[in-house]
Amino acid sequence: MRRRLGVLACAALAAAAVQAQQDARRSGFADMSPATQAMQRDDTQNPAMLFVADGEALWQRPAGPEGKACAACHGDARASMRGVAARHPAFDATLARPVTLGERIDLCRTRRQRADPLRPESADRLALEAYVALQSRGLPIAPPDDPRLAPFRARGEERYQQRLGQLDLACFQCHDDHAGKRLGGSVIPQGHATGYPIYRLEWQALGSLQRRLRNCYGGVRAALPPFDGVELVELELFLAARAAGMPVETPAVRP
Amino acid sequence: MARVLLTVPAAAKRGEIIEIRAAIAHPMETGYRRGADGQRLPRDILRSFACRLDGDLVFAAELFPAVAANPYLAFHLRATRSGTLTFTWEGDAGFAQTETARLAVA
Amino acid sequence: MPLRQRIDPHRRLALRAGGALVAMAVARPVRAEVPELKAAIAAYTGGREARPGRVSIEVARLVDNGNAVPLTVRVDSPMTAAEHVRAIAVFNERNPERDVARFALTEHAGLAVVSTRIRLATSQQLVAIATLSDGSLWSGAVDVVVTLAACIEGEN
Repeated sequence: MRRRLGVLACAALAAAAVQAQQDARRSGFADMSPATQAMQRDDTQNPAMLFVADGEALWQRPAGPEGKACAACHGDARASMRGVAARHPAFDATLARPVTLGERIDLCRTRRQRADPLRPESADRLALEAYVALQSRGLPIAPPDDPRLAPFRARGEERYQQRLGQLDLACFQCHDDHAGKRLGGSVIPQGHATGYPIYRLEWQALGSLQRRLRNCYGGVRAALPPFDGVELVELELFLAARAAGMPVETPAVRP
Repeated sequence: MARVLLTVPAAAKRGEIIEIRAAIAHPMETGYRRGADGQRLPRDILRSFACRLDGDLVFAAELFPAVAANPYLAFHLRATRSGTLTFTWEGDAGFAQTETARLAVA
Repeated sequence: MPLRQRIDPHRRLALRAGGALVAMAVARPVRAEVPELKAAIAAYTGGREARPGRVSIEVARLVDNGNAVPLTVRVDSPMTAAEHVRAIAVFNERNPERDVARFALTEHAGLAVVSTRIRLATSQQLVAIATLSDGSLWSGAVDVVVTLAACIEGEN
């Protein structure tokens, strides 16, 4: 019998339902050793904070022909960016599809600052993502209750259930059915994207949820979907609904 | 200039033992990893670190490739006098960086 | 990095034998220092023997990931002008090189406790040698189990 974490179409309803006493969801934080947990908990030990500091500097750096920094429009990120990461992916009307926080930052750069976009997974974009997402730390993940997101989220859920790759494995088989058990020496987490961008010890660097998802695709020997492609964004959207209500941990440390 | 995070108590009581933490962004490329083309990526590591209080050595470290990327060091100091803490890192490819922090001892 | 290069010979043998997880636990018994490690320590101490004691190495016995292993070395010492730790050197058994880090302390340290994060290529022993102000040498050792990440990144 398959046990799956139930995900309802309406994110708000999902949050309320799952916040009931028997919330079986567990952050990947709980699956780590105490030493790695200490690394995340303590900002003076967390290696990601080096890159958050880069993001804070970038927030103030003028860009584009008018020399406007993020701060020029958004002021103090601690106030203006509070809750923003918790609400992404969100629908972008111009592109007529959901976009991740990283894409949103690039859209600001190209549309508002009229500067060159930052490449996906570039140091600058990750640093800004981490700095912005830090402003949501502790807040519950709150996917927008936007009906335009529904078809994308549904496709994301289909992808989560879809067997992939040479190993013919679907996400749910590891992260729902076998979460808590071990693959090799590692504990299989439930796979809630609560702390991205993360400092992954395996990467020895900061990285995005999309990079981590591509690692999973590689893990089952499937073709890697492109960064910022709709396939990964839909999956991120579904994962956000699946983790709705869980607190943002950015910047997390993960093995 | 690499990003540095220093953790130094803003103030300390005379005789108090304080912990100082210093982290710096650096890949610490070991020289044993291979790139996508199969060729070894050349070694590029930080080799030494020193902390001085007004020029007097407090703590020093010699680092080898076995030290993790974005090296983190934590050590202790008995606070006896106020002064300027100087942190220096040196490494491959002519890497040299100095940061300072004020230590106030009451 | 190709997966094949990262599996050390012992583990590859265990995997081929089947029952990989169980075999890994018993295939490699805890071993005393290998000759290379002994030689590296001897080169550091000038051939002098270090007495086991006073030095404790705090590290997870099973690490989450060998790329960044938090490590704390603690030496029992009053840290006075008359009696303090001058140096701590950390060695490993099975990385490509034996040295991990060397620390120089002064009597002003207050506490002979140093923390860092290290890389461990595989399960192995760590040894720390402390040199005291009176020239005496003390050592501590610990065994650490390191496994590879289950889903390794093949390309970015």
